[in-house]
Amino acid sequence: MKNFRDSEHLLRFAFLFAMLFVLFLVARHFVVPKSFGEYGHYRGAAIAEMAAPQPHFAGQSACEACHTDIAAKKKTGMHSGVHCEACHGPLARHAADPASVQPLKLDTAVLCVRCHAASAAKPKNFPQVAAADHSGGLACETCHHPHSPAIQGGGAK
Amino acid sequence: MGGVEGYMYPNEINLYWSVLIVVYPYVTGLVAGAFILASLVRIFNVREVAPTYRLALLTALAFLIVAPLPLLLHLGHPERSFEMYFTPHDTSAMAMFGYVYIWYLMAVLLFEIWLDFRQDIILTARSSKGLKRTFYFLLSLGSNNTSEHSLAIDERAGWIVTLIGIPSAFLLHGYVGFIFGSIKANPWWSSPLMPVVFIFSAMVSGIALVLLVYMFTTRVRRREIDMPCVDTIAKYLFYIFIIDFVLEMLDLVHRIYVADESFRSISFMVHTKLYFSQIVLQIYIGTLAPLLLLGIVQVTRFSPAVRKAIYVVSAALVEVAVLSMRWNVVIGGQLFSKSFLGYTTYKIGLITHEGVLMSIFLTLLPLGILWILVKILPPWPDLKRGMNHAAGTTMP
Repeated sequence: MKNFRDSEHLLRFAFLFAMLFVLFLVARHFVVPKSFGEYGHYRGAAIAEMAAPQPHFAGQSACEACHTDIAAKKKTGMHSGVHCEACHGPLARHAADPASVQPLKLDTAVLCVRCHAASAAKPKNFPQVAAADHSGGLACETCHHPHSPAIQGGGAK
Repeated sequence: MGGVEGYMYPNEINLYWSVLIVVYPYVTGLVAGAFILASLVRIFNVREVAPTYRLALLTALAFLIVAPLPLLLHLGHPERSFEMYFTPHDTSAMAMFGYVYIWYLMAVLLFEIWLDFRQDIILTARSSKGLKRTFYFLLSLGSNNTSEHSLAIDERAGWIVTLIGIPSAFLLHGYVGFIFGSIKANPWWSSPLMPVVFIFSAMVSGIALVLLVYMFTTRVRRREIDMPCVDTIAKYLFYIFIIDFVLEMLDLVHRIYVADESFRSISFMVHTKLYFSQIVLQIYIGTLAPLLLLGIVQVTRFSPAVRKAIYVVSAALVEVAVLSMRWNVVIGGQLFSKSFLGYTTYKIGLITHEGVLMSIFLTLLPLGILWILVKILPPWPDLKRGMNHAAGTTMP
């Protein structure tokens, strides 16, 4: 009995230790996501969450299904390899509901130089211009048709 | 490109591990070293160093509290550090270290300090009033037993805790060396000797720190420095420093003899970018000079005043050596390219969150914490047990 009375303070520290451990377990219970470890050392629900978002891009074939004339024109020109949404932006909503969601009209003076601004880092045979010298601020589509940009008979307009 | 010589891969130009990662092993090492000094009294029965026993424990605690801060500041998002505890991965060395850290803090240091100061805490609670009484009552965890038998049980329990504490201290700092030693892609770090070198340098730096703190606080308190105590600490410092130096030289000689494909690159670095911090600061000024000074003291009979001066200078130089060793390992290991054909430069910030000022702050912060701990639990050997609270109010 004397031994217990004189060593009970050690139990107090042990109790403190145990309480902190219990606190840790309780915190762990609430903090660690329920699906953690379901498949591996990560949150299992993350897979479903990542699969859930709908794609923003409709895809090339969706565009070509309606815009057959433009698709045919594009196939003949230098931009045949450039997908529609590379310039027009993601248009899944437009493809799903063409009447109410209309794509914005693009400003070719801004858009074209994103790829075609002159830079020494680009391959030599890639068409590139110093826009200010080349067109003096005119929109590119004044002379080039974006869907088939080579100038044939004085431009698109 | 500025600061880059030869060929560097693009991801090698800027250093990822900054000066905070220099401070981290340094501070952790001081913890382990201070604890080993305390264990000299309890386990190895070196009674001469008993005056520093409690101070060493509090020093270890103050530095242990700060030890993870450089890491948290370096990584950012400190709240994420809890994930390491909640969902530890068994292949993560960092997660295992987290548990070693908590174990060392709770089961070793706090428990041992509590056992050792329990009687003082209870007596202070009994003789105080108001908030102070409540504070010390809470510290005592409500225990009120100061019988001879209960104190004897504390003594026995403290002995066991210290016995467990020694391998824990080795584990704590061995891990830090392991983190570097296990990076096989970096020839400057990849060495099984790394944890051992880190442990011995930690012991050296911790012992030197407690020696400095003891001499400084005793001076400020206008008490007499216990010469047999500092002589013994200096003797152990000397012996352990020799082992540490020999291990480091063994590593160096091994590198020179093996001379693998990284050797030319590393040799070039040691002779150029790291020349001052490694050869001059770490080896000449930080290691050979204090070894010579401490060695001379062992074989000659200087007056106490001269010995004290030599100990202060030697201990300060030892700190310089260990800090520069951490610098040379952490920063040095990132200055050369894995192609062994190029070198980069570490541009240290001044007032950024990983800059010089923050490093100085984090290195000095433990001393501020120690000051508070000393106010709460006066560790002075010249005070009778149980009377500390009365004298504590006049402590510096």
